[in-house]
This record gives sequence, structure tokens and C-alpha cells, in this order.
Amino acid sequence: MDSLRTTLSFFVDPLKYLVDLPTVLVGQAADSVSSYRTLKKENERLREEQLIHQTKLLKLAALEKENIRLRALLENSFKLGEQVLVAELLSINTEPYEHIVVVNKGTRFGVHPQQPVLDANGVVGQVFRALPLTSEIMLITDPNHAIPVQVNRNGLLTIAVGSGQLNRLVLPYLPSNADIRPGDLLITSGLGGTFPQGYPVAVVDEFTSQPNKAFATITATPKALLDRNRELMIVWSDSAPVPFISKPAVNEAEDKTHADK
Amino acid sequence: MQINNYVGFFRIILTLALAMCLRIAPWPVELTVFNPDWVLLTLIYWSLAVPERVGIFHAWTFGLLTDVLTGRLLGQYALAYSLVIYICLKLHKRLRQFPIIQQGLFIFFCLLLSQLLLFLIKNFQHPGQLHASFWLPVFTGTICWPLVYTVLRFIRLSRRIS
Repeated sequence: MDSLRTTLSFFVDPLKYLVDLPTVLVGQAADSVSSYRTLKKENERLREEQLIHQTKLLKLAALEKENIRLRALLENSFKLGEQVLVAELLSINTEPYEHIVVVNKGTRFGVHPQQPVLDANGVVGQVFRALPLTSEIMLITDPNHAIPVQVNRNGLLTIAVGSGQLNRLVLPYLPSNADIRPGDLLITSGLGGTFPQGYPVAVVDEFTSQPNKAFATITATPKALLDRNRELMIVWSDSAPVPFISKPAVNEAEDKTHADK
Repeated sequence: MQINNYVGFFRIILTLALAMCLRIAPWPVELTVFNPDWVLLTLIYWSLAVPERVGIFHAWTFGLLTDVLTGRLLGQYALAYSLVIYICLKLHKRLRQFPIIQQGLFIFFCLLLSQLLLFLIKNFQHPGQLHASFWLPVFTGTICWPLVYTVLRFIRLSRRIS
């Protein structure tokens, strides 16, 4: 059945690009008429941002190494590295009731179903169906979507379910006395295996516990700009059990010999 | 004559492709719930106007393509479209004689039937998620029918597709 869909998609996917074309052209036209000054300003701003991020990354690299060492002590697994692919949203509208968007990268780029999708601010969703030229991404706010999360402050585990509204997630499985309050950051917990651990998902904005109900009503706002971003990142995460503590030492020794040569 | 046949058929395909583009066009969020089923309207027109050219097979094929286009369960639009087009083909001689209001009423019931089938399939997959505005495209589709009719009739007559 999937192969039939793949074959038919070769006829249909060009239409998606065709419908997207006006939006792309308008964007390009806007780019080409923007003045030298605005471009220079943007360039300066981006350069500054890049510098800041670079310095943060330096620290991150050291922290990551430390984390790997500590986890090796615990004989725990660690995400070794994540590779991302930038995909662009096609501005088309498939169904009004589902939060599914279409991007311009498909199985030709190695995209496969259930891959996590992020943007610069947080988790966007997961790849729902990958076709050769395009792929469909289910947003975390889709009513059929649920994502395992963790409260960043205290590590409380729960599940965030989509509400059908673009700016709202629901946390239906927490008891009324749970330690959670407005402003708490929810990050992916890594349970379930689809989403890598530690990416920001949402911020809790309301906590109401009703005395007559066992579960509290908690809503959260997604961190990712679900309705405004055109660029998304599809993530390949590579998780492998970390070798025993002796092995990094061997690697370092190897590095040294290489350096000596 | 044979060449004209192929050219005419190609034009019919082109109008259907255009309808599919309209189906996924990025309307503003408030308008998407009103977006009528352009592919079905176009198929109905061609099956009434040139029933020897456009039949159930075409309805089924374009239904499958619409399924892939909108990422639905494979075959749900194919089923709805072929059923509606079957009824249109059965009644096309009578329908051509009808005034446009009576035709509009018939189109309304065709769209309603198609939407009802889609509703049953969707409700079977994910029960209780559909909003009442799910039925709006039936009404907007009926309102858009005179427009589709006029435009496609103009294309048919000016290009002499028969």
C-alpha cells in the first residue's frame, strides 16, 4: 500500500511545489528589494548572535564530554551525536482539522517516519509520513499526538497531549498534588525513543486543580513557533551504549599518537 | 480527429490538476473550513458534460490522487468520488435538462453523499474529533457550482471538447 502511495506521490507532489511557488516568489521578491542597509544590519546582528552561540558551544562541548564520562561511570547510554537536516515548509493546506504540515525533504534525503522535528526554539513534531519528494510532519499540537516530557525543574515525568489549538498543549495525566507550577519548562524526557532527551517543548501556563477530580487540568504553550516558522530541522539521533571508561582513554591515546605523527 | 481526442482529454486532466491545486491552496485559516471539494465538482461537471470521456475509472484514479495529495487513508476519496460519479453517469441525461437551481439541489446531495462517506470513514478512524464545520464545504460547494459550471462550460465550448 505504501509503495502505491509512493508511486502516486510522484504525480501529485509537483502540484504541492506548484501551489507553494507564489509564496516562494513573493519571499524572493521581498529579499531582492530589501535595501543594502537592512541587509547590513541583519548581517551584523547575525554575526553577533553567531559569536555568542559559538562561545556557548565551546562550553557545551566540555560539558558534553564531562557528561559522557559521568554516564560511563553509571554505565548509562548517551546520545552520541545528532545530525540535522534543514527542511522548508511548503505553504499548502491539506486538511483543516489536523495539524499536519508538509516539508520539501523526503525519503530522497533519507527522511523516515517517526523522526523528531525541531526548530530553533523547541520541538515541532515528528515525521508522520515520508514520501520521495515531500514528507508530512505531525505537529505536537495535533489532537492525535502525545509527547513524553519532563519538568526541567524537578524531573517530573508526564505526557503532553496536543489540544487541536496551535498554541496549546494539555497535560492530562498529573495528579492534583503534582509539583508543577506556571512558568515551568517542559523538556523531552527521551522515553519512548522517538524524541531525543533534553529539548525544550513547552512552558506551563496554567495549573488548576479541582478538588472533585483526581487529575489536575494543566495547559502549556509550545516553545516552538509552530505557525510562524518556515524552516524546520529534521533530526537523526544516534544513540549507542557508552563504552566502559577505559575506552575514551584509548581514544585519547590514539589521538596522541596521531598528533605525534 | 484522434489527435483532437487526446488534446481534449489532456485539457480535462489539466482542469482536474487545477482543481487539485485549489484543494490544497493556502487559504487563510478562517477560510480553510469553507474550502469546497473542487476536484469532485470538476469531476461531476465533466461526467455530466462528456460522460463518454470521464467515467468511474477517472473518478477512482483522481480520488486516489487526492488521497495521496491530502495524506488521507488510501482509497477514501476514491470510494466517495466513484460512487458520486456513478450516480451522475446514471442520471446525466435527465440532469442536463434541469434548470440550474434544480441541478444545484442535485449537486448539493452529491456533495452531501461524498462528505457523509468521508465522515463515516474518518469517524471510524478517530471517533468524535470532527467539528460541525466539517459539513460547511457541502454548502460552499453548492454555492460554487454555478461558477465551476460556467468556467468549465466556457473551456469546453471554446476548446470544443466533446
